[in-house]
Amino acid sequence: MRLLTRIAQWFDQRLQLAAPVREIAEHPVPRSTASWWYVFGSAALVVFVLQIVTGILLALIYVPSAAEAWNSLQSLNHDVPLGWFIRALHGWGSNFMVAIVLIHMVQVFLFGAYKYPRELTWVVGVFLLLMTLGMAFSGQILRFDQDAFWGLGIGASIASRVPIMGPGLVEFMLGGPIIAGATLSRFFALHVFVIPGLLIGFVGLHLLMVLKLGINEWPMPGRVVRKATYEAQYHELTKKDGAPFVPYAVWKDIFFAAIVLASVAACAAFFGPFGPTGEPDPTIIQTVPKPDYFFLWIYAVLALLPASLETPAILIGSAAVIGALLFLPFVFGEGEKSWRRRPLAVLTILLVAVSLATFTHLAGYTPWSPEMDAWSGEPVPQKFLQGTTALQRQGALVFQGKQCRNCHALGGTGGQRGPALDAVATRLTQDQLIRQVLQGRGNMPAYGNNLSPAETTALVAFLETLHPAGQRPAQDASREIVGTRAGESSAARPR
Amino acid sequence: MAEQNTLSRRALLMKLGIFFNGLVALFLAVPIVGFLFSSVKRGRSGAYLSWVSLGSVDQFPEGQTRLARFRNPHVTPTDGKTVDTACWVRHITGSQFQVFAVNCAHLGCPVRWFPQSGLFFCPCHGGVYYRDGSRAAGPPERGMFEYPNKVQSGAVWIHAGELPTPGP
Repeated sequence: MRLLTRIAQWFDQRLQLAAPVREIAEHPVPRSTASWWYVFGSAALVVFVLQIVTGILLALIYVPSAAEAWNSLQSLNHDVPLGWFIRALHGWGSNFMVAIVLIHMVQVFLFGAYKYPRELTWVVGVFLLLMTLGMAFSGQILRFDQDAFWGLGIGASIASRVPIMGPGLVEFMLGGPIIAGATLSRFFALHVFVIPGLLIGFVGLHLLMVLKLGINEWPMPGRVVRKATYEAQYHELTKKDGAPFVPYAVWKDIFFAAIVLASVAACAAFFGPFGPTGEPDPTIIQTVPKPDYFFLWIYAVLALLPASLETPAILIGSAAVIGALLFLPFVFGEGEKSWRRRPLAVLTILLVAVSLATFTHLAGYTPWSPEMDAWSGEPVPQKFLQGTTALQRQGALVFQGKQCRNCHALGGTGGQRGPALDAVATRLTQDQLIRQVLQGRGNMPAYGNNLSPAETTALVAFLETLHPAGQRPAQDASREIVGTRAGESSAARPR
Repeated sequence: MAEQNTLSRRALLMKLGIFFNGLVALFLAVPIVGFLFSSVKRGRSGAYLSWVSLGSVDQFPEGQTRLARFRNPHVTPTDGKTVDTACWVRHITGSQFQVFAVNCAHLGCPVRWFPQSGLFFCPCHGGVYYRDGSRAAGPPERGMFEYPNKVQSGAVWIHAGELPTPGP
């Protein structure tokens, strides 16, 4: 033991780190901050370290070449002992890191921790969030599979919409005219050198400011931040009601870090690694590319925005959101910190959370996409065919054969791009059905050039049968009058 | 005093040193920036584009639309399969062709052709196009991307080489 002490002293005589480290560890923090709400920042850092370690391990096998990357991932998954587990740790670690950074940010926002004098800590934090998202996106690219390949295409399509610089930006991003070897190499450089380097630097700044300015005290309703008085008040608080960070507050960080690491490991062991999905071969077009979980909401927004709003929303919207985050502490640098006195802050968080959750949920089943195999894979349910005439059954065949089912559900199966047609006859008269089929409208293509008159007649005859048993189909009232005069009864056809 | 307007020898040397470093930095910056942006060639007329053969006209029956594959003319050794490109070839009649990129004009996902309904469907955000490539429905703001094409000595040729994107 004495030998150990002497060795330690030998080193410290040269490094002179013991005193400052002890000072950092034992710096007083307000007792109120020894809370389970204050553990997310340190947890994000711990997961970041896990990402660095697992990332280096993956780099021992991974080949950043468009020709080899996919194969090297297969070999990690299947050949290299425990390669699958390291990939799974890195993939799940990425999801946890994004989630924890977001939770940390929400906590900081609701606790008013971005207010004076911690404005710059928040601004650096916004950059840390952007870099974390950048890591998640570039990491998805390195998993060079079909999702990555077409995801890059989506990225290029978005970049191309930047005014004037667009086309050049695409070539800069791809490293050439198409998504190919150079593209993967530059995303590898981004993911492995550029962004992690910046992240480490910014994390250092972020931590330095937390130490220099002190951790945000627990916000009390009525305790208002004023630039003139805040620092003296905070100093008073840590003096009167403070405790050394180690061990008074740190034990919760340590416990939470362990829980997070164990959760990442459990997810990795239980669910395994993400992909890779199909080989990145651009000639395989039978693919439905989708982004990773944390970008699903963007996928949904891009499907739902009106076409004319899309480019402004992407370019101006993203800049506006980032700008708002960056300017937040300068506009609201003083005042109440407590969420109990900041209803707008709470509402904002709720609104953003509900929106993101809704978009993510929608992206899970993409109601805006045609279901490509519905026409051949899901027959018309029997109940729609019972008691129908030959013409109507022919119409059902046309309905399937012309891929109507890809967008229109019947009996709960089929695409959801257009309305379900189980009761379409109660909404549209015969004339309206014919017009809709031949000319299309809204999001429906016109089928006029692609249906013979006989097919149209059969199809409309089938559609006219689609109404609930006890409900009459829609009728054109004028036609009934004309029909009665002519001695016909064209309306209310029996089913 | 005169001393206030004079420069000490050390201060002068330091300023000269910074100046020389600035010169060297400028000298190095030119090739570094040039290298970094070497892939940006838009504006230099068709730097990446060239005529590529899709194979003989016989492979594309009149009145039909078929998937064709070609190798992108710009290839580097580490590209692997990514330079193999697909396109939709519509043989209208005689030597009249339309060749479409598989990339949706919305965000570039691969569109699929359904001959029964004569429509191209995109699996990502629901873009739909008619057989002539014009927009039918969904979020795309325009029709499909079309490669300029020609028929020469019995083969179909297209002018290709760049990822088509919807930008200006």
